[in-house]
Amino acid sequence: MPRRPDQFSPRERVLLASLTEAGPGFYALVGVLLAVIAWGIIAYTVQLRYGLGVTGLRDNFMWGVYITNFVFFIGVSHVGALMSAILRITGAEWRRSVTRMAEAITFASLLMGALMPFVDMGRPDRILNLLLHGRLQSPVLWDILSISTYLTGSTLFLYVPMIPDIALLRDRFAEGPAWRRRLYTLLALGWKGTEVQRHHLERIMGIMAIIIIPIAISVHTVVSWIFGMTLRAGWNSTVFGPYFVSGALFSGAAAVVTAMAAFRWAYHLEEYITEAHFRRMGYLVITLGMIYAYFTFAEYITPAYKMATAERGYLTAVFSGQFARLFWFTQVGGVLLPLLLLTVPRISWVPRLQRVLFLRPVPALATIATSVAVLLALPAVLPRTAALGGFDVIRQLPVWIIGALGGWLFLTLLPVFRQRPIAAAVVASLLVNIAAWLKRFVIIVPTLQFPFLPIQRAPAGWAIYQPTWVELSITAAAVAGFVLIYLLFSKVFPIVSIWETREEGHRPGAALSPAGGHGGVADAPAP
Amino acid sequence: MSRLRLSRRTFVKTLIATGAAATLPSVAKLAETWAAESHSPHARKTQRRWVMVIDLAACDGCKKCTAACQKEHFVPFGQEWIRVFETGNNPYDKQNFPLPCQHCEIAPCVKVCPVAATYHNDEGIVLVDHNKCIGCRFCMAACPYGVRFFNWTEPKHSPQEQFVQYSPEFPVPHRKGTVEKCMLCAHRVKIGRLPACVEACAAAEMWAIWFGDANENLVTNGRDVAKLTDLLAEGRAFRYKEELGTHPRVYYLLPDRRDRRPADSRKPAGKSDDPYRP
Repeated sequence: MPRRPDQFSPRERVLLASLTEAGPGFYALVGVLLAVIAWGIIAYTVQLRYGLGVTGLRDNFMWGVYITNFVFFIGVSHVGALMSAILRITGAEWRRSVTRMAEAITFASLLMGALMPFVDMGRPDRILNLLLHGRLQSPVLWDILSISTYLTGSTLFLYVPMIPDIALLRDRFAEGPAWRRRLYTLLALGWKGTEVQRHHLERIMGIMAIIIIPIAISVHTVVSWIFGMTLRAGWNSTVFGPYFVSGALFSGAAAVVTAMAAFRWAYHLEEYITEAHFRRMGYLVITLGMIYAYFTFAEYITPAYKMATAERGYLTAVFSGQFARLFWFTQVGGVLLPLLLLTVPRISWVPRLQRVLFLRPVPALATIATSVAVLLALPAVLPRTAALGGFDVIRQLPVWIIGALGGWLFLTLLPVFRQRPIAAAVVASLLVNIAAWLKRFVIIVPTLQFPFLPIQRAPAGWAIYQPTWVELSITAAAVAGFVLIYLLFSKVFPIVSIWETREEGHRPGAALSPAGGHGGVADAPAP
Repeated sequence: MSRLRLSRRTFVKTLIATGAAATLPSVAKLAETWAAESHSPHARKTQRRWVMVIDLAACDGCKKCTAACQKEHFVPFGQEWIRVFETGNNPYDKQNFPLPCQHCEIAPCVKVCPVAATYHNDEGIVLVDHNKCIGCRFCMAACPYGVRFFNWTEPKHSPQEQFVQYSPEFPVPHRKGTVEKCMLCAHRVKIGRLPACVEACAAAEMWAIWFGDANENLVTNGRDVAKLTDLLAEGRAFRYKEELGTHPRVYYLLPDRRDRRPADSRKPAGKSDDPYRP
């Protein structure tokens, strides 16, 4: 029995409003995204015309930013399987209002990730050779198989539980624009909400939830084996499969936190996505972050302890050489700091910090800003001093001072983050994702910088990898494409599942007890 | 309604069963090719097994081999299919180290190629089919020797090059977006000529590069003919990065044999002081 629009509850009207109401901000955002994508397409046509020579890639650096994007986007896509499958199986009911966001991230980032190897191809016109002459012995084919399987599976996983909502939209937009009416009628598959249909839906979801987990794990495992199956020092690692999977889940969970905050703010979803949801997601991010940190440690300590000749080059470059700043940013700024941001503000003594004079926001921020400005100006003012006693103190000192200032800033902002836990979660998750991209870069490039025989007799400029505007434009376009797909999806389909959140009870905020602690109503498995 | 659903189910089942049955032969073939190309270096008995032997004691680093190779194959800018590295075990030991494609019997590049564009020919030479290569550069990532190159842009084409009929054994004219490498002068070997680098080394009166057939156990440097096994034994031969298990077809003779210094090797050696003369 189709329901009339006036039969919707106030909560549901909020969700439906986000589908139709679009302010100037929406159009401005779409315009900017389309402009970035158009610029990326221009960059790609330049690459098609002149070849990959317009990138910074050269014979020693055969892979670079494109493959970094590939690993990054495929990694982010893992969150779908985590949220919808693992949380479903473990009966975490609080997931209901965020699973679709996660699945949509999976869909959008898989599309962008799968695009990247084709952008990286020297002969994209021969793409069909992969089907005509494909060799299953090649890890490239493993990638194609597992990513296409995961894309199919997670698209189904996104679509099937959306059918009841699409049927609802079909009824809601009975007098709406023709394209919406046709689309929803087609996709609703004649859903009427009968007992048999519900039974089938639950059954499909139960089976899919089990199947999608090994598929998701296989996807990032074979992505890592693109590197792990080579003989190169730094890639030749047995731990790469689980290491990449843990990094994928970590970055994906963080991406969901950002999306939750963005939609909550833009679509006024405060009733669906509560602070408790951020706390629960925070627990997930913390757990996954610690697993990831463990794998990172295991991955680096085993070769670093031995410092074999083959590995010494890239390890030294990563720990203290040309890649050190990137690497330590990914570890301190991308793992340690996010975990601190999600945990430390909850400690009981944090409010007392405001009483400390040098931690009051105004004087502290003023001092820190001045010091950073002075530090940045110093190298220009001071004459270049020689190393002191063989140890380059002068050059390294600013790094340590900036680190100390960062610590000071962190302590100053702690009470602020305590009052605004969502802001803290968003800062943490953005840091995680920026660092995740950089870490994939630091996995790929340093190894290529240090092959078994040192790079010699290469033409000028070929011995170092510097991404060009073409690569950066296409990367920006990929990010914009990801956001655009995600945004348009949220305008066509409800980004929070209407029927699944309704099942929890009609009362606003009933999804989670206000305290959000363990053992609440929300934690009970579905009957 | 229920009968319809049953028939659909049966249809899907039959479809899957037929699909599985259809893939079985290809799985069997896969196992066969896998065994042939990846795991057993001597699985295929071939007419020829070309090998190269580079005498590090004789090489003085003149790079005429590189120049001859580039002239012979119109090698595009930035590529050196045989590159002379400067290496050594310590700062006081400068050693010239010419590095062509090692033509591994268990070639990592052949293993990872997604479209079988790189392959062993019947004589053990690793070739690239530039009509098939999709330019993914996985072979370059997989190669531990760094002897594969890429045409990052459209290579400059010389007039002579345009008259060449392309074949993987003589991959000219070069194509944008594909991978290039030393092909052990397969086109010259086929008509009984020595590879360009070997000829150039002999023309420079260095005779540091030997070429021959391991099946015949004979190699030549353009002046002398030697038994491969004797040459390898007397020269304390090794293969570069042998521990990687790639079974290269290029051997190196140790540089620190007191009897052969680079300076001496320029003089035409008499019968008595040339230990490699058969």
